[in-house]
Amino acid sequence: MTHDVVIVGAGLAGLNAAIQLAGKVDVAIVTKVYPSRSHSGAAQGGVAAAVANLESDDTPELHMYDTIKGSDYLGDQDAIEIMVNEAPETVIEMERLGCVFSRDEEGRIAQRAFGGHSRKRSCYAADRTGHSLLHALFEQSMKHDANLTVYSEYFLLSLIYKEGVARGVVMMNILTGDIEVIRAKAVLFATGGYGRAFEITSNAFANTGDGIVAAYRQGIPLQDMECVQFHPTGLYGVGILVSEAARGEGGYLLNGKGERFMEKYAPSKMELAPRDIVSRSEQTEINEGRGINGENYVHIDLRHLGRETILERLPQIRQLGIDFLGIDCIEEPLPIQPTAHYSMGGIPVNHDCQVVVDQSGTPARGFFSAGECACVSVHGANRLGTNSLLEALVFGKRAGKAILKYVQSAEFEDVNENEEIANARKSLDDLLSSASTESANEIRTSLKETMMWKCGVFRDKEKLEQALETVLELSARYKNIRIADKGKVFNTELQEALELGNLLEFSEVIVRGALAREESRGAHFRTDFPKRDDEQWMKHTLAYKGPDGSLQFKYKPVIITRYQPEERKY
Amino acid sequence: MKARFLISRFDLQLDTTPRLQEYSVDVPKGSTVLECLNIIKWTQDGTLTFRMSCRSAICGSCAMRLNGHAKLACKTQLSDVLIDGAVTVEPLGNFKVIKDLVVDMEPFWASLKRVKPWLKPDESVEYERERLQSIEGYKKIEDASTCILCASCYSDCNVLSVDERFLGPATLAKAQRFVYDSRDCDAEERLEYLGGANGVWDCTHCAECSTRCPTDAKPLERITELKAASMAHRIHGNNGARHVLAFRESIPGKYPGTGGGMINENYIPLRSVGIFNISGLLDLIPVGLRMFMRGKQPPMMPHYIKKFPEIRKMFSRFKEYLK
Repeated sequence: MTHDVVIVGAGLAGLNAAIQLAGKVDVAIVTKVYPSRSHSGAAQGGVAAAVANLESDDTPELHMYDTIKGSDYLGDQDAIEIMVNEAPETVIEMERLGCVFSRDEEGRIAQRAFGGHSRKRSCYAADRTGHSLLHALFEQSMKHDANLTVYSEYFLLSLIYKEGVARGVVMMNILTGDIEVIRAKAVLFATGGYGRAFEITSNAFANTGDGIVAAYRQGIPLQDMECVQFHPTGLYGVGILVSEAARGEGGYLLNGKGERFMEKYAPSKMELAPRDIVSRSEQTEINEGRGINGENYVHIDLRHLGRETILERLPQIRQLGIDFLGIDCIEEPLPIQPTAHYSMGGIPVNHDCQVVVDQSGTPARGFFSAGECACVSVHGANRLGTNSLLEALVFGKRAGKAILKYVQSAEFEDVNENEEIANARKSLDDLLSSASTESANEIRTSLKETMMWKCGVFRDKEKLEQALETVLELSARYKNIRIADKGKVFNTELQEALELGNLLEFSEVIVRGALAREESRGAHFRTDFPKRDDEQWMKHTLAYKGPDGSLQFKYKPVIITRYQPEERKY
Repeated sequence: MKARFLISRFDLQLDTTPRLQEYSVDVPKGSTVLECLNIIKWTQDGTLTFRMSCRSAICGSCAMRLNGHAKLACKTQLSDVLIDGAVTVEPLGNFKVIKDLVVDMEPFWASLKRVKPWLKPDESVEYERERLQSIEGYKKIEDASTCILCASCYSDCNVLSVDERFLGPATLAKAQRFVYDSRDCDAEERLEYLGGANGVWDCTHCAECSTRCPTDAKPLERITELKAASMAHRIHGNNGARHVLAFRESIPGKYPGTGGGMINENYIPLRSVGIFNISGLLDLIPVGLRMFMRGKQPPMMPHYIKKFPEIRKMFSRFKEYLK
């Protein structure tokens, strides 16, 4: 099969790129779930833009400063400037496309407060903003049905990338089990985050970093993978997200003694300090025995907001508490704990979302990436709430436009389809015919526990070295896993095994990156190096997979334009 | 806690019809059905196949039938569906099964596309900013906008089980979202289509869709709103709308032989099909004959109720509503 452009991933970034291209070039989307199932839809609280509906003095400049400070100065300021400047028109464009937004008294898009933002600039649709945006774009994709081929339920196996040029993708048709190749002049990866490697996570089962690993295996570097955000309010035990909007609307965090403990850690912002700070504060309370009844959780208390506010602005959160924990937050506080949430790291790209392969920004021809799987880097070491939907929309659109330009002068490059298919077939057959007895479930469980508790909210050399040892041992065992389902049709056991391979591959990159970065910055916190070290570490990590499988690090400087680093206090 | 799962298994290559397989599982207290299915898949039988993704009731992947009715496995507590320590798990109804709990969703997506589910705004107006919409305007589309396209409603729809051409509840809920959107200017054309064959008037109000819906989308309510909009726009050129008009004319008595607060059952079918619709009228003959043979034909001249103030009140309110 041949398409001018193939986009892998149908969340906000992938779909927004696709609708820029539909009707102008031959474009295809490959997605392992139906587009409306993409995890963008789980985002709850809002999308940031200085549209200044609620606070008239808000500006993109303020948004820029908040984002840089939130990133703990690891964000590239030129990229951030692009994002915040394009934010208002991007959100307004979504409204004009038909996205359903909550409204203020004057009929404009409603806004609310969010952590780390100095103004109330989160544009929202109740507590299902991601859902509302995703469905608006899904609707647009149906409008462009005739000009947009969607390969739903196709699993990405590999990127075809030779001599610095992306030439297409190899994928498995989940329904038939067949391996198929799409040749393309340009490939866009918009495959989302990698939070599934952690025991407590807000991420969907689908968030296994497939695109990130496919790029990495072709020698493309991965940037800042050690920066993983833990969201402060995951439902206890399951990690399902309780939106930051719960605190934006005025919710309190309480420890076992009933104290609003954020007083100690961020006296001016309290519960609305950035996520890394709130998560560490919670974990400190828990570690020091001040969890609820000394257990591994604290409370978020919404009762004082009143029934009406909860029903109108946080209806989904209330329902999640009822369905998953049997607790109605109108009556009782919800037990919560930090949950792996967002992947700041990913495939390094320039402002046009073209993948760059080295420190000097050399672009990979025909290869683009946008959204959570990319690292442009607008979030640095810690993302502010509501900036993720924004990034996906802004850079998805930019990717679409850049690709449109790129393919005008690009050609289809040679691909040996038979060889690609044979290689992929062989590796699947090897997995399927493995006579060994290693359990994928045991390996996955062990990996997730290790990543959570040894490479999680608090890290140190000793724990990280243990984590590395475990990850390497599990990777060795993975080669001998047993797959009971030998069938071709809808073999989800095989798919889960392939996804586990991806989890193991990028987990090593996270752990080694965290070991190397001997400082604390944003979401990466080393108890043995508790201070930020701008002299040594004001730089981005680039992790390369060598031909022999070994991992090498290079580093590139952070782009600073307008705001010099300063101490981060809230 | 021990629980038994009777799970429908089907493999195109091995089976001609689905079979129930029993699994016995020790599950932690507070488990959802999806968590239990994963325990089975990961520790007992890797071949068990189902869809899932977000596990927080927003992506719509894991809808399946539990004890015969569609639910999201991820948001259903096992304890809520256990009957004598067991639960039956089957794929969604009204779909072709591919494998175990996985069904062929294509007809569902195809149905959705039939109603052109995207905003058709007035393109002639240039806007600098967002289009304004009142809070009341937002409220009219909020419920429909919560639909996650899980197809639970489609699974349990009684009309779809006898007529697969019916647009189906989720699609109609999606259509309501645009007909009622103050920013859309295509309501008239949309309603013409929705009022036609396989549209809103084919719904039999069994309410299964709204009962199964895991969100506030509640398709039956949306369908009712579409019917109201259809009548308000005076889109009367279809059997459904004529049927409504026939009731309105029959009860208060607009024509000879009608009125008196009673439904004239001879008049209604004729009016619904259309007095000049010869082939439609001919279609009624066999039904009429069968009713006659079984002694079920309504009286030629209806009885009159002397006083029917309640019915009068209803109709005067109805008239006001139509204004």
